[in-house]
Amino acid sequence: MTTAEAVADPGAAAARATDAILRDTLHGTERGVVVDSPPGAGKSTLVVRAALELAAAGRPLMIVAQTNAQVDDLVLRLAEKDPELPVGRLHSSDSDPYDKALDDLPNVRTSAKAGDLAGLPVVLSTAAKWAHVKVDEPWRHAIVDEAYQMRSDALLAVAGLFERALFVGDPGQLDPFAIVGSEQWAGLSYDPSASAVTTLLAHNPGLPQHRLPVSWRLPASAAPLVSAAFYPYTPFRSGTGEGDRRLAFAVPSDGSGPDRVIDEAAACGWGLLELPARHTPRTDPEAVHAVAAVVRRLLERGGAAVSERSPEPAPLTADRIAVGTAHRDQAAAIRAALAGLGVTDVTVDTANRLQGREYDVTVVLHPLSGRPDATAFHLETGRLCVLASRHRHACIVVCRAGVTELLDDHPSTEPVQLGVTVKFPDGWEANHAVLAHLAKHRVAWRP
Amino acid sequence: MSLIDALGRLEAVRTGRAQPAATVRHRHLSDRPLVLVPLTTAGEAGAPLGALVGTDRDAPRLLVVPQPRDRDLRFAFLAELADAVLPYIDSYAGEVEAAERTETDPETGKRVKVEAELCADAPQLIVPSRGGIELVRLLGRSMRFRRTAEQDPETPHPAPPRVPLLGRWLTHYGERARVPGSSLLLALTDLLSRHWATGQSGLEDQHLGALLAWIDPPDGMTGAQAALRAELARDADGQLLCPPAGPATDPAFDNRLLAPAIERYDRARTALAAAEDGLEADGRLAALAAAEREIRALVERVTRPTWDAVWRGLDLLRALPEGAHVEERWTRDRWSFTGHRDRVLAGEPPQPRRDDAVTAAHKLAAREREQARLDAQEALDDPLVMAERRLAGEAFTGEVTEVVMAYSEGKRPSPRPLVTVRTEDRPHLAERAKVYRSLGGRPQTAEFVGYEPCPDGALIVLRITDKMGRGKEPEPGSVPEKGEHVCFTLFEHEQRGGAKLPEPERTPWTHGGPPGEPGPEPADPVTEEDLL
Amino acid sequence: MPPPRTGGTALRHRLAELRGPDVPAKALDARALAALAANPGCRRRAILDGAGVDKAALASALGAPPVFGQSQFAFMRGNAFEARVKADGGAELLRLVRETLDPGAEPPERPHVPDLTAPGPEGRRTRTEQALREATAAGAWTLLDHPMLALDVAGSPALLEPDAVVVHPDGRWTVVEIKSFPVLDGSADPAKVGAAARQAAVYVLALEETAARLEPPPEVRHRILLVCPKDFSNLPTASAVDVRKQRAVTARQLARLTRVEDIAGTLPDGVCFSPDLPAEELTAAVEAVPATYAPECLSACELAFHCRARARAAGAVTALGRSVRAELGGLSTVDDVLAAARGEAGDPDDPAVAALRRAARLRAQALAAADREGAAPCP
Repeated sequence: MTTAEAVADPGAAAARATDAILRDTLHGTERGVVVDSPPGAGKSTLVVRAALELAAAGRPLMIVAQTNAQVDDLVLRLAEKDPELPVGRLHSSDSDPYDKALDDLPNVRTSAKAGDLAGLPVVLSTAAKWAHVKVDEPWRHAIVDEAYQMRSDALLAVAGLFERALFVGDPGQLDPFAIVGSEQWAGLSYDPSASAVTTLLAHNPGLPQHRLPVSWRLPASAAPLVSAAFYPYTPFRSGTGEGDRRLAFAVPSDGSGPDRVIDEAAACGWGLLELPARHTPRTDPEAVHAVAAVVRRLLERGGAAVSERSPEPAPLTADRIAVGTAHRDQAAAIRAALAGLGVTDVTVDTANRLQGREYDVTVVLHPLSGRPDATAFHLETGRLCVLASRHRHACIVVCRAGVTELLDDHPSTEPVQLGVTVKFPDGWEANHAVLAHLAKHRVAWRP
Repeated sequence: MSLIDALGRLEAVRTGRAQPAATVRHRHLSDRPLVLVPLTTAGEAGAPLGALVGTDRDAPRLLVVPQPRDRDLRFAFLAELADAVLPYIDSYAGEVEAAERTETDPETGKRVKVEAELCADAPQLIVPSRGGIELVRLLGRSMRFRRTAEQDPETPHPAPPRVPLLGRWLTHYGERARVPGSSLLLALTDLLSRHWATGQSGLEDQHLGALLAWIDPPDGMTGAQAALRAELARDADGQLLCPPAGPATDPAFDNRLLAPAIERYDRARTALAAAEDGLEADGRLAALAAAEREIRALVERVTRPTWDAVWRGLDLLRALPEGAHVEERWTRDRWSFTGHRDRVLAGEPPQPRRDDAVTAAHKLAAREREQARLDAQEALDDPLVMAERRLAGEAFTGEVTEVVMAYSEGKRPSPRPLVTVRTEDRPHLAERAKVYRSLGGRPQTAEFVGYEPCPDGALIVLRITDKMGRGKEPEPGSVPEKGEHVCFTLFEHEQRGGAKLPEPERTPWTHGGPPGEPGPEPADPVTEEDLL
Repeated sequence: MPPPRTGGTALRHRLAELRGPDVPAKALDARALAALAANPGCRRRAILDGAGVDKAALASALGAPPVFGQSQFAFMRGNAFEARVKADGGAELLRLVRETLDPGAEPPERPHVPDLTAPGPEGRRTRTEQALREATAAGAWTLLDHPMLALDVAGSPALLEPDAVVVHPDGRWTVVEIKSFPVLDGSADPAKVGAAARQAAVYVLALEETAARLEPPPEVRHRILLVCPKDFSNLPTASAVDVRKQRAVTARQLARLTRVEDIAGTLPDGVCFSPDLPAEELTAAVEAVPATYAPECLSACELAFHCRARARAAGAVTALGRSVRAELGGLSTVDDVLAAARGEAGDPDDPAVAALRRAARLRAQALAAADREGAAPCP
């Protein structure tokens, strides 16, 4: 770990961490370097910078990401930083395998065959596609992005393609999973269902591990809570201070629940719109309606955001707002409700799909709202972490009362596997920490 | 739990009888399965107490360990078990048919078809409950590393060769049982609860007697009454009328009947050892035999009801028609059986204690593929399963209201007809999502184009993209017609091959590097303490 | 930490009334702990455990005796194994502790095994505390065989007896759990390890209460030692188990047991759970506190068969499993759900009702199709 947290200025702390990472990556002797990056800490920026420096040093580089969207995003960022750099995008042979925007980039070559891209300084693809590539001569370098969301068996399939690698990812987001039981391998260092980083470090405990210490996305109101609730042993802080980010609305509050919670969130960064306690099915119509109402008022009231990026107030437009849910049918119901209110262009998606994304304001339907029971799925720390860490200004949570009691009544009979490192934080603890904080910003509302 | 499943259970509560959870049988059932009803000794790791085993429902073979803490008697039991099981397995190893298998050519690295033998049928092992499957694994583990006198003349307790051999087979069956949809080794409680929804919880369904009580209650009783009786009713001696299906026994049986009987057996044995002349020994031998008979009778008393219940459960399952894809999955089981037969014949060592990194990854990938395959096939074979997928927004059925011919752009335009389906279902269709329907047993792909609500449902416009032949006009029957009833799924029907993994000797540094030449696994040490 | 209580004596008095005259309080045992973990939301279990009611006797008096029992084979094997692990004056056990948890410490040459015998449980508790204090001061490997610990539960001290506690030379304390389930090729039944971890977590909390009374308070290690037979042998093998999570959960649940006071306050005067009372009176008394029965109770709580019968009689859907309720919204009885599904009751705009009707329609269609055509694969 670096001593970055001892540095007062967040910019200097982050720069120091980045320098150390690049030094180990370019000049270190170890075969791997691991970087933990909390939400919005500049992971993509780091990946792009490391890629450009490796390419500049004449070291052929492959980049492994987990989804096609992530790969395309990295290609676009690389081309933006260095339009001259020849880049290869290896893609699948499905229809529409990559973002059409890549076709407009003169130095990006796309192909479904690795052979076509041989000799290019940087080649990017998904782990799934790389797993089908065969090479005689391994790449000298690789960057593995979102390495905590990659399964150990996926790394096994591609690790023979490179000599050394930089592994970058966010340990707090959703863990990879298997659709069948994998208990028989629990406790093995190479458990195929574990995360790639877990296996890597179990076999190579001496690898340098770094951490990006500053979240540039999360505001000063959010970083302490997200850090304490989800990263208890690896704290980070916000790159901005109190008052650096401001959210204001031209239209004053009409006194309704949605308007009051919007004002609370604009002032404090957090808002909890609490509906009366009731057991509901997943697509609770009142909660869906409440989420849609909040989104509509966010747009109607003429929001403007001031931040270190733009000292001039920037309008809070639909593309700067996202709605997050636990389930797809909830997202579909909210999309339909928004369409009914004439609101379009607001992203509505599940936690899984919101990973890695960033907005000014997020409206979250709490995963446990209205549930008669909590399940491991709904308690998963990563899910709540993703939902609570997508915003630059404010996060508004819509939830039915009674979740605290639901958590208290939740049975604690989890099995324990010998030899498996206990993962922190516990979903229960993290949920309680977030709820306790939200309670201070509660607006009770009966729709 | 899905709402359809929940409704089945609630209907069962109301009617007092289990309700269908499937309309076809989703697992293969052999004409001649081997049923094994094992019991273990409480508190001991894999110390068998006895078993009923065989293929004839009227004549099970009873195996008993009169003193489970005596290692020699335990080993004798395992040898007897091998006598009972191996001839059954062998009877399937000989009959083969010619088949083709895809292999990677070691020289070119290309996938090529090679001729291979495939066993025409495979042995099927049925145990009463999940605990039985665990015990099969445990027995396999305890037997496969046993040393024979031929391997090691010095070994203190040499095993007859059939014991480690049975250990390897049980290990193979135990591993195969982890593959979704496989049928080589099945637990009857799993089979029954897959096909019937009872008026009790899934936890309570693991009690074979209670589960059968709901599915087929005796005359004059509701399922609830019969299940309660199966769970709790005891005779004047305090013994359960329906003994647990094992492998664990009821503590009241252990304490009141078995322990005194074993004590009598021990005393008889001590007395026999102390006999001073032949005449005395003869008399004491008879007493020992009587003591052993008593224990055998006790074990039979608590296994026979389970044995009969297993066969009754099999009868109930046989009455269901077999699902259309069941045979295809059984063929995979036959390949699995044939593969292990070949490994044994080739003199390969027993399965290692723990998988290496590459083997573990292979197994996990294969099981995930099989799970997806099973989910798709069960839905295609069974309208009740498809109903659950439709409810979940993963499939939709409806009538074709319009077909408009269209063509792809490009030099050689191919047919891309637009098909409108009127449905009451609510599929979760993302933009340009792919959907699939079964066309003559093969999946045809379509692309989601548009959606328009209409009274009682929606009109969904799809573009058919394949399986229409090579010509400019689609082959007859390859495009749904107006008025036709169709069913599209959002999930794929067939599974793609997984990632290419390295050979174990090329395990990369991230996973600990090559595991090294596998030495022979050592046998479990035999310690004096084994005899408690 | 539980908040300071007022009127502790009054509560103790009230709880004694609930138990019945002259019925001694039953100490919190492993099964009560399991029931606590399996169903922390059950008010009935909370008040009965809090009052020290013997639930097994109560269940028998209610006509629904528990089915738990231990086979003497398992009992003998467990005792024989524990004796073997602790043989040789604890030399082997301390070797395992050092090797697994504290390899930097000096090897235990002559382990100290203080005599903990004393009259009565309270005497043993005092003796244990004294032995812990001495061992910590002595700075040498010490094995406490079956110490007696106290833990404040709902205002009254519960007495607990772990298999062993080890004091390290540096003065830190470790809980040792000895179990007779095997560790086979390095892994063990995760449900059993989980139960052992939860049990050990309670001992850790109890030790922490004891430690807090010493100056300076010694550290209680949050990695406990689990000792089990290895493979198919009787040889011990040790594993370190991190119980931080279980400790946090149990601490929270025990803190919530203070609710016992509130629950007791809601009970009408004269309610009593003494097993001597007639079954009808007891049934009414038990009925006065609501239970949240779920099938998991069957393996954890002595009263489960009684609660199951009541839940079934009331038509509670959760008798079929907690997960059944997930999509039923506010509907909680079999009759309500079926009536809603059939369209006989319920608001069609309630999404739970609408989904139920769709599910019932799809289910009926599928069953009809199968009836019509034998097996009816999808068209």
